[in-house]
Amino acid sequence: MKRLRRTMMFVPGNNPGMMQDAYIYHPDSIMLDLEDSVTMAEKDAARLLVYNALKTIDYGTTEMVVRINPLNTPYGKKDIEAVVKAGVDVIRMPKTETAEEVIEVEREIEKVEQELGCVGRTQIMAALESTLGVVNAYAIATASKRMMGIALGAEDYCANLKTQRSPEGMELLMARQTIVVAARAAGIDALDTVYSNLNDMETFRKEVELIHQLGFDGKSIINPRQIEIINEVFTPTQKAIDKALAVIAAIKEAEKKGSGVIAVNGKMVDRPVVIRAQRVIDLALASGVIKQEDIA
Amino acid sequence: MELKQATAGTMESGDIMIQIAPCEKEGLNIDLQSSVAYQFGDQIRKVIVETLEGLGITRAEVHATDKGALDCTIRARVTAAAVRATGKDVWKD
Repeated sequence: MKRLRRTMMFVPGNNPGMMQDAYIYHPDSIMLDLEDSVTMAEKDAARLLVYNALKTIDYGTTEMVVRINPLNTPYGKKDIEAVVKAGVDVIRMPKTETAEEVIEVEREIEKVEQELGCVGRTQIMAALESTLGVVNAYAIATASKRMMGIALGAEDYCANLKTQRSPEGMELLMARQTIVVAARAAGIDALDTVYSNLNDMETFRKEVELIHQLGFDGKSIINPRQIEIINEVFTPTQKAIDKALAVIAAIKEAEKKGSGVIAVNGKMVDRPVVIRAQRVIDLALASGVIKQEDIA
Repeated sequence: MELKQATAGTMESGDIMIQIAPCEKEGLNIDLQSSVAYQFGDQIRKVIVETLEGLGITRAEVHATDKGALDCTIRARVTAAAVRATGKDVWKD
């Protein structure tokens, strides 16, 4: 079953209280941050904290991601060594601009994995936070077989674009669409940027509806209060599930009879309709709103 | 092992602040402040001692102010303070 990545919750890597409580809110992924939320003076301590948390705390099936510092800082290589040794699921690269940067991170990961005898275990995702990163989205998305997703980092991107974020998000439209298209072409996930105004949940919901419509798999979040809204938007409605189940049942029936084009409720069902229906069912299964036995 | 005075951790909930300093006396002399010292004091001391001994530090004065830290947090903060006190690179050594 496809892994859900509707919510990827940022947790500062030098805050043990938040790190130990993050799991109780059930985000799909927890992202422990060693980069922007940690001051230079605390990079060493945060790295040790994240290492020990990953080694010790049982986060269940939650995907564990660590945002490392870039390799062109004195911290990047040590971050990789620590989190790969701790068994992290995914390394999130910040401010990625080229495929070469991904290859360099992969090389560092592989060195540590070879030492541990677990080559290929660690996945990579890249945050695109500049115009160059967005322009190179597909090359970045396909730079390594470890790539599991690309994400938009809108604050730095807007600064680079010489604009600022608006509630409607028009300034992000091209970046968002480029990222979704590149991710789909590469067969990996697309994750949207954070929305940081916790006092405006109405605009947050609109943004989530927009990125869901654009085709994103999920969104980075900064607060557990944002999880419920995202799950609501991303979970298929009962009406959509019923329609998808009818399509799949009809196509199975048609296959049995050897017939080609079929219709459900008077509408033609062709391949894209079947693919969409299957995606609705996969998402409903992964979200737990239907069970495998409901499909048979 | 030669030590200089060093600190790691914060006073926030779920954390522990560890101060390490050179010590005249033999052994690890631990002063623990914790609201849960009665229930968990022995365990907190045990984690501090094991972590320091694992890093080869057997003589030091340690001041620990606990705010409900898990064992993994105690290990991380003691290691960070020890690394800062000795300059030892725990990732390579």
